[in-house]
Parts: sequence; structure tokens; C-alpha cells
Amino acid sequence: MFMKKEELLRGIKNGIPIGLSYFSVSFAFGIMASSGLSPLVSTFISFTNLTSSGQYAGVKLILAYASYFEIFLAVLLINLRYLLMSFSLSQKLDPNISLIKRMILSYGVTDEIYALAIKEKKEVTFDYFLGLMIAPVVCWTLGTLSGSLLSNIFSERLLSALGILLYSMFISIIMPDAKRNKNVLIIILISIALSCILEYIPIFNSLGMGFRLIISAVISSTIGALIFPIKEEREELTNE
Amino acid sequence: MNNTYLFISILIMILVTYIPRSLPILLIKKKFDNKFVKSFFYYVPYTVLASLTFPSILYFTDSIYLSIVGTLSSLIISLITDKMYVTVGLSVVIVYVLSFII
Repeated sequence: MFMKKEELLRGIKNGIPIGLSYFSVSFAFGIMASSGLSPLVSTFISFTNLTSSGQYAGVKLILAYASYFEIFLAVLLINLRYLLMSFSLSQKLDPNISLIKRMILSYGVTDEIYALAIKEKKEVTFDYFLGLMIAPVVCWTLGTLSGSLLSNIFSERLLSALGILLYSMFISIIMPDAKRNKNVLIIILISIALSCILEYIPIFNSLGMGFRLIISAVISSTIGALIFPIKEEREELTNE
Repeated sequence: MNNTYLFISILIMILVTYIPRSLPILLIKKKFDNKFVKSFFYYVPYTVLASLTFPSILYFTDSIYLSIVGTLSSLIISLITDKMYVTVGLSVVIVYVLSFII
């Protein structure tokens, strides 16, 4: 019992920096959504979706009165990467976690929570993962609420500057390991190169953004596994 | 906005977000003790986040120059500190201030 509480608290603590960044990204989402949706609806979307790019795309389509099929396909494609993350997490979870608990954990699989959980050196427990989810879920929900309520006091200029939030957050997640581990850095550079090729070469452009993302991630991770297979998991994960 | 349309659209969003997230976690309990699989998944978080960021980050504002400056700021700050909120916070401030000039 004591151990469990400790795990939960450790999770909550580690989740707070993600929560803070989420608040600002979600705030920006709230402002964007407020051009056509009520604060309550936007907040409900944030609470139930708990994702950035998928939500942005979905709401933009809703505001444009897109067809259900378009919304289905666009949001699904953007979210396909979660299949990879969820698969990867399935290898790291304590196998004794019950189905109900797995259903709860699944809700919290976001880019950032996943990236943090997967860095655990031992198996990921339910309590730790649940702890990780708390600050991000609360902040993501409240961020949208605040953003949509306060939308009219923000200038166009500030909104445009807020656009860097999400990307800056991604960079600050991968950079610490890229700095310390040359293999990780090389694989990151390969994935960036692939992603740019897929984006700029016209034939690949017809693939949706979601497919391009998956292709680039799968190929570069495969290259990583082939040329830099991990030796001792423990050693490779920190490599300090 | 039509409420039925809104309701169904949001429901679709919820489903296509939750399903990819949950399927593998709910169905796969077997651990693959294969070096390749383990190595592959070790690199997935980095490659997904890097591909999400580049090249999209170059277009986060209407001005490519401002976007490039913002990108460089985030990269340089994250080289110096591992603290996420410092990188994110400073990057926004820098982009905001420079948007008056660029």
C-alpha cells in the first residue's frame, strides 16, 4: 500500500511540467475553438480527446462543416501514431494490470505522457502512470476553458507566437537524450530527413499527414534497431 | 451550429482518438523478448516527436523567418537546459518580442 502511494506521488510530480506546457497549448486551442464553439463544448472536447493535433484538425473540420467521413479519416490518420506508442507501452506495462485499469491508462496515452513513461527503467505500474496523467488531464481541460473564456483579450500577435508551444515542447522532450546519446541523435536526424522528404516530394504529398508521420517513424526506428540495437537496456536508456 | 452534427462529430473524434491508443494496451500482454523489437520501440518516441516537429515547425507563423528564429531558439535553449517549461516559455517570449521586428 505504501509503495503504491509513493508511485502515484512520483507520477504526479513528474507529470507537472507536462501539465504546465499543456495548459498553454490547450489555452491556445480554446482561443481557436471559440471562433465557433461554446466554451463548454470546447472544454468537453479537450477533456474527452486529450490530444493536440487531432483535436485541432477535428475542430477546424467541424467549423468548416466537413463531412463525418472527412472528420473520421483526418483525425484517425493523425492519431495512428498512438497505435505505435500503445504497442510500445504494452511491452513496458506490468502484465498483472487488469483490463479496467488498462482502459483507464489508455486514455492517458499522449505523446508527452508516453515519452515520459517509457523512460522508466523498470516496468510501468498502474499507479505511476495514473499519477503521470493527473496534471496533464486537469491542465489540458482547464487550459481550454480559460482560453475560450478569455479569447477576446488576446492579440493576433500573441496567438501567433503561441503557435510554437507544441513544437517547443516536443523539442524539449527529445533534446535531453539526443544531447547525451549519439545514436539517438543520429536516428532523430534520419527521421527528420525522412519527414522532410515525404513532405516536400510531390508524389508522397498525397499521403495524408498521419501516414507520412507513421512511415517516417517506422523506417527511422527500424534503421535505429538495425544499426544501433540497444545492448543493456539500463545502460542505453540513460547513457550518462 | 446544428447540435446533432456537432454531437456526432465529437463522438467520432473521441472514438478515433481512443481506439488507436487503447487497442494494443488492451490486447497485447505478451512481452516480446526480441532484441530487434525492443530496439525498435526504444527509438519510436524520438522518431515520432521529431517527425511531428519537422518540417511543420517552420510554418507555425506566417513568416518563415520568424518561424526559423523560433525553431533555433527552442533548439538552442533546450541544448542548455533540460527543463521543459524554460524552453517552452522562453521560446514563446522570444517569438512574441521578435514578431514586432520581423
